[in-house]
Amino acid sequence: MNDTTNRNPLSRARDGYSSFFDTLRDRWATAPRWARWVVYLVLIVLAILLPADGVGSFMSPYTDWPTLLFFPIGGYILLAIGLNVVVGQAGLLDLGYVAFFAIGGYAMAIFGTKMHMSFWEILVVGVLLSAVSGIILGAPTLRLRGDYLAIVTLGFGEIVRIVANNTDYIGGPRGIGGIPHPPSLSEWTIPDNGFFDAIGIGGVQPLKYGALDGKPYYYLMLLLIVAAIIFAKRLENSRVGRAWASIREDEDAAELMGVPTFKFKLAAFAIGAAIGGAGGVVYASQSVSIIPTNFPFILSATILAAVVLGGSGNLPGVILGAFLVAWIPERIRGLQEYRVLVFGGVLVLLMIFRPEGLLPSRRRKAELAEGEGGMGGLGAEVGGPVTVAAGEVGE
Amino acid sequence: MSETAGVPAEKKTGTPVLELRGITMRFGGVVAINGLNLAINEGEIFALIGPNGAGKTTVFNVVTGVYRPTEGQVVFAGSRIDGKKRYQVTKRGVARTFQNVRLFHNMSALENVMVGADAHHRTGLAGAALGLPWHRREERDGRAKAEELLEFVGVARRMEETAKNLPYGDQRRLEIARALATDPKLLLLDEPAAGMNPTEKEELQGLIRKIRDTGRTVLLIEHDMSLIMGISDRIAVLDFGQKIAEGLPAEIQTNQRVIDAYLGVPADAS
Ligand SMILES: Nc1ncnc2c1ncn2[C@@H]1O[C@H](COP(=O)(O)OP(=O)(O)O)[C@@H](O)[C@H]1O
Ligand SMILES: [Mg+2]
Repeated sequence: MNDTTNRNPLSRARDGYSSFFDTLRDRWATAPRWARWVVYLVLIVLAILLPADGVGSFMSPYTDWPTLLFFPIGGYILLAIGLNVVVGQAGLLDLGYVAFFAIGGYAMAIFGTKMHMSFWEILVVGVLLSAVSGIILGAPTLRLRGDYLAIVTLGFGEIVRIVANNTDYIGGPRGIGGIPHPPSLSEWTIPDNGFFDAIGIGGVQPLKYGALDGKPYYYLMLLLIVAAIIFAKRLENSRVGRAWASIREDEDAAELMGVPTFKFKLAAFAIGAAIGGAGGVVYASQSVSIIPTNFPFILSATILAAVVLGGSGNLPGVILGAFLVAWIPERIRGLQEYRVLVFGGVLVLLMIFRPEGLLPSRRRKAELAEGEGGMGGLGAEVGGPVTVAAGEVGE
Repeated sequence: MSETAGVPAEKKTGTPVLELRGITMRFGGVVAINGLNLAINEGEIFALIGPNGAGKTTVFNVVTGVYRPTEGQVVFAGSRIDGKKRYQVTKRGVARTFQNVRLFHNMSALENVMVGADAHHRTGLAGAALGLPWHRREERDGRAKAEELLEFVGVARRMEETAKNLPYGDQRRLEIARALATDPKLLLLDEPAAGMNPTEKEELQGLIRKIRDTGRTVLLIEHDMSLIMGISDRIAVLDFGQKIAEGLPAEIQTNQRVIDAYLGVPADAS
């Protein structure tokens, strides 16, 4: 019965961790409504206090902590939430997700500098534009399955960047400078008294978007993240989420049970794209100038790594994954040229420790264990039933 | 064995709900179905039998839109459905189960059936994301319907369990519940008794009758002769893609061609 005791320490640690989080998840699943709201509230308060100097001195000794919280940390989290809709929920492998981030960024830059639209208008336009480009990319390609879709999206990511690089109207390789910041909503200052000073946010103007203080941008990002979480979570718990899950499990059977699979896959693509676009708009509004190399393939890969590492399909996991992937390289800046090596090593270790991700959803975990998973679970469908034909001919 | 078994086909309403007109289905050189004509009447339990590879499953695949027939037409409730998308065929009222169980294995039994119930739900992305009232109502109704159907097929006590953890017989019944959730006029069952023990087969017979009694038509592929003879109103026999006989159970049992091609020994002799 107790064969776990003989196993190596790694497996034991893994089992311990696993059962701890299983318990936690079950508790959460059965927790009463008010208890959940208390947890949400605590999390939001913590998130608001996060940029405090005291936290920053430990978390980020090398870089300005609030700016880091805005991007990459906040930015990666938002992008990971968006990509998780595509990869984790609908099971479609998108290797060019950065394209939508770029489209949002360029929307902010172009409409901000050339048409003098305000940030809030551009946020709406940018999100719509990204969603439409998601549909344009998805409409012809979502009929492809697995590996083919991955290749086409990879190409799309590259095409967007290369087009930006070669279009003089948007600055070519020099990009676009002088992007306006969001208009300040209020000059209101958090009182500089003992209490707020003690918790580290005294004297902050949270709604004034200037050049120096990173905190207001972080709060803006936080707002988008919370909105994206609510949006994604509601979809997950509705017929839309059920349809995505059924597509992931057996696309042919889903279609035969009345699920218009193509429409739902397209919707996942559009929603993922819209969230990525929102990230791009906010990112560009803070950074004054953007260039095509802000949107490399490696960013798509990193966000995908965040999703997989954290636990594809499970929002808390995905957020944790994005946080780690964004934060670790900054935290170990002191290692200088060994930084990337150590970061890579940490990722490898985490995947050995938790191949199913740090906080996977129960269903996802099962899919991976079945071996329909791996990249298959992400859309490559290795070993799964390829068509009804193949599934039905045999006895 | 039961009262319904003896009810002659003529007593049914007699309007065909499904008609196959000259269906031929070729896969490269293989002719899986060859010029098949078939009419299934409303409210009957119709069995499709024949040796392995005769083309029975292919008939289901053609009817449900998995394949577009090489030749011929499929008419359901008065309009053609060949060439329609699979989910559209389902929405019009044809649902099926699979010869090899194809549940959504890692979803709970309840969720599996709710996917079927969603077939007629209208909530879009906005409704779901904003939690609009009609979305909540649909969600509630879908759940109630799913629970009711799980009760109906006898899997209710396991509804929170992951589908793949159910015993085989329950998985088959769950598949039936999922198909029923799409509210079909015509239900296609592909070897529903395969892998079931005699008690389960007995229950399945009762279940199929109950389904018919709720006003649905059942088209059934099965190898178990006592089950077939026990519940079918009419039977068609396929061999090498062609219909070699059609009629009442008693006629099929004594048909010489059927005995030669499929039954081997006359069924009543065994
Ligand atoms: N997608 C397909 N491609 C090629 N051949 C097929 C395909 N589907 C069915 N067949 C062939 O059609 C014939 C009938 O198969 P099937 O309908 O599954 O038989 P049954 O269900 O009666 O056992 C078989 O010879 C089978 O190999
Ligand atoms: Mg078959």
